[in-house]
Amino acid sequence: MFKRAIRAGSMALVTVLWVLAALAAARPAAAADLAASLDQLARGDFAAKGAAVEAIAGSGHERAEAILQALIDGQLAQVPATGQLVITAASGSVLRLIDPISGAGVSEAERGAVAPITINNRLRAAIRGALGSLTLLSADADRRRAAADAVFRARDGAVVPILETAIARETSDRVRARLERALSALRAVNPALPAADRIRAIERLAASPDQEVGSLLAGVVAGEADAAVRAAAEEALKRVEARLALWGAVGGLFQGLSLGSVLLLAAVGLAITFGVMGVINMAHGEIMMLGAYTTFVIQEWIRTNAPHLFDYSLAFAIPTAFVVAGGVGILIERGVIRFLYGRPLETLLATWGVSLILQQTVRTIFGPNNREVGNPSWMSGAIEVVGGLTLTYNRIWIIVFSLIVFALLMVLIARSSFGLQMRAVTQNRRMAASMGIRTGYVDALTFGLGSGIAGIAGVALSQIDNVSPNLGQSYIIDSFMVVVFGGVGNLWGTLVGAFSLGIVNKVLEPYAGAVLGKILVLVAIILFIQKRPRGLFALKGRAVEN
Amino acid sequence: MGAHPTAAAPPRPSSLLGGPAGVITVGILLAIAVLLPVLNLAVPPSSALHVPTWALALVGKYLCYALLALSIDLIWGYCGILSLGHGAFFALGGYAMGMHLMREIGPRGVYKNPELPDFMVFLNWQELPWYWHGFDSFAFACLMVVLVPGLLAFVFGWFAFRSRVTGVYLSIISQAMTFAFMLAFFRNDMGFGGNNGLTDFKDVLGFDLQADTTRAALLALSALAVAAAFVVCRFIVTSRLGKVLIAVRDAESRVRFLGYPVASYKLFVFTVSGVMAGIAGALYVPQVGIINPSEFAPANSIEIVIWVAVGGRGTLYGAILGAFAVNYAKSFLTGAIPELWLFALGALFIGVTLFLPKGICGSLPRLRGRRRPPPETTAVARGPLADVPGAQP
Repeated sequence: MFKRAIRAGSMALVTVLWVLAALAAARPAAAADLAASLDQLARGDFAAKGAAVEAIAGSGHERAEAILQALIDGQLAQVPATGQLVITAASGSVLRLIDPISGAGVSEAERGAVAPITINNRLRAAIRGALGSLTLLSADADRRRAAADAVFRARDGAVVPILETAIARETSDRVRARLERALSALRAVNPALPAADRIRAIERLAASPDQEVGSLLAGVVAGEADAAVRAAAEEALKRVEARLALWGAVGGLFQGLSLGSVLLLAAVGLAITFGVMGVINMAHGEIMMLGAYTTFVIQEWIRTNAPHLFDYSLAFAIPTAFVVAGGVGILIERGVIRFLYGRPLETLLATWGVSLILQQTVRTIFGPNNREVGNPSWMSGAIEVVGGLTLTYNRIWIIVFSLIVFALLMVLIARSSFGLQMRAVTQNRRMAASMGIRTGYVDALTFGLGSGIAGIAGVALSQIDNVSPNLGQSYIIDSFMVVVFGGVGNLWGTLVGAFSLGIVNKVLEPYAGAVLGKILVLVAIILFIQKRPRGLFALKGRAVEN
Repeated sequence: MGAHPTAAAPPRPSSLLGGPAGVITVGILLAIAVLLPVLNLAVPPSSALHVPTWALALVGKYLCYALLALSIDLIWGYCGILSLGHGAFFALGGYAMGMHLMREIGPRGVYKNPELPDFMVFLNWQELPWYWHGFDSFAFACLMVVLVPGLLAFVFGWFAFRSRVTGVYLSIISQAMTFAFMLAFFRNDMGFGGNNGLTDFKDVLGFDLQADTTRAALLALSALAVAAAFVVCRFIVTSRLGKVLIAVRDAESRVRFLGYPVASYKLFVFTVSGVMAGIAGALYVPQVGIINPSEFAPANSIEIVIWVAVGGRGTLYGAILGAFAVNYAKSFLTGAIPELWLFALGALFIGVTLFLPKGICGSLPRLRGRRRPPPETTAVARGPLADVPGAQP
């Protein structure tokens, strides 16, 4: 509602601006010219249509944008009987016909009673470029920016005057940079300009390298007749590609860190339960799923009862998810696992059964489809570090969050008396028991802690992944791999394991593809286990041997 | 674990089959192989004794699952190796057979290409990939059904057992193995039909796969294969080698300290088991008419284990019984109340491990009448020790 009002407002402003611009240019907004161009659109071949599009875009008429938009949407049509051009709009079962020049409704017609004006791909590109140039003077900075990029892509020399006007008027530095980039692109590919100007434009382009600049320069290198320009483009392309490769690597590293932080959150709880109890909890993924669904429920509650608190929803979700998941974990431990100590393979099967039940329960309650969990405003959006490298806030926050969780956990284990007891049980259960530690109690709490962390991991996952009953399944094997790779009973191993697997996965991705990269990592881990059956950071000593 | 009286003596048939239970198992399997086809083909549909074709297909599928369950019981029940990746061997055997069946379609595919299967034409491939060569020969395909899963099991086992990867570690990496296979086979570039897998089979050795006679023959073949596998497994576990396997299951380090090459024993039985799973897959594919990468899914492999656990591990016939019981329940429940199936399966996993650790066959009192149960059953009765970490290095 609000958005629509803004859009309507900005449209009105654009119209006003256009009228002003048209007046300022002292160009008569000749409806007659426009009618002639429309006529050309209706009758001419594609070349004539191209000229007409250019003429309409350059006419400065207030309806130019609407006409071009209708043309590209296939809504500009001709009434066969009269030859009149109309813009069609679906209204119920019939089409409402609108006069393109006045914008007023004319009449109605059956579907199929009018013949849409056909366009081809070349024309479509030209129209996009023209539309881009028309919005270059929009009041909305985002639209101007988008228009500048559209012009950059269309590379239609006819918009240069408008572009120059736009640059002169531009108030925002960021938008001006985009506009200048578009102008440089147009200059760089314009064979009519002197070589020196074009080389300067190429230099300017190379100063803000990104993927599109790269492909533009590559096009110049391939198809340029002027040797000096080609040489400049070649040299610039080399620099651009080097920068892009560097940023690609940095981006990959960031992606890897992000994946690693997710794996860390998912695996650290598993590592604790596995380390202390020697129990592989196959329901771990489903406990993460519970955390994600807890976030969903809390957000829904906040949406209906206290929408102003939405940005703080995660602050409520994290402790709740910890309690819910931890509670379920303790229930599982007391209800199932307790009876299976000393039989790890049976525990594995029983917890698999628990995972199936949890999955189906959630599916029954919440349905099988993805549930939408929103990002709070401080987590949505992205930061553009440089031209080719954007980092999304939610991933940055999750990296930070995973490290905080890890640090808290380390402190808990190293400094608290519960941590001391946990370590004692991990290292030598019998000895710990004979020292008076209630190992059963430690087991239950440890399992609760591990599950609670899984719940928190679920909260984080809900911010970047689909919340569905299958959420847990997709992470469980990866988490196992992290634990097995990192080594049992040592959380540093889990940290190193998670981040190295995440980074290796993402670094391999561009070369091998996502799936093959993952397969390679799995195979590498299987082979690694042969070399070090107890993982990267294995516990040493006699206690390990039993 | 005292020596069984018949262990040293040349085995009599009934002791090779493991007493009445084994005799009954083989008897039932042979009866299935003979009776069901006869009741389907020779008895008119109007008769009450007529067995409909869909029932043949269903029993045939269960028989393949039973063979798969046997392969798990052999390693888990008798050697303590819990593989969560046996679906990979099953699916590889299935793919080997499926590739032959694809080649047999010949020019009858949708695109009428005499050389390339439909999905390759669809992907615009120009020629058959090298690894598809030879599969037009049935004998070669059968060889591959045995060789490919067998080789994989050997290589995987060689790496795993040599470096003493045991217990849950082995379970997890076997699961990772089948997961990796699943990802790989989902790729179109692999040349195995990607997502859709291999399907639309027409006939095998010239016999129409849809014909009742072919289905009956495949069913009989599957039943005979299960019976044969049962006898082979019995032979293995009652031999001297079988005794060592059971000892490895119960106390691996002690066996090693006694000088036995534990890894070789494990490797042998794991490879045999992989081959059995592959054969099961090869019999499965012509009967269900499709093989696709979802057969590699880790969840499938874990399900096999629960069949064995339900039936009773370490009994062999229990595995067959479990495969039939669980899969019948699955067919019934997914048809009648689909949303209940996962609850039931989950409860089965928990219930069996908590309350019925020996499975149905291990818990039925005095199944064998007055005969003393053979030693491996008593060993299972000791249950927990088999998995106590202290028993493994």
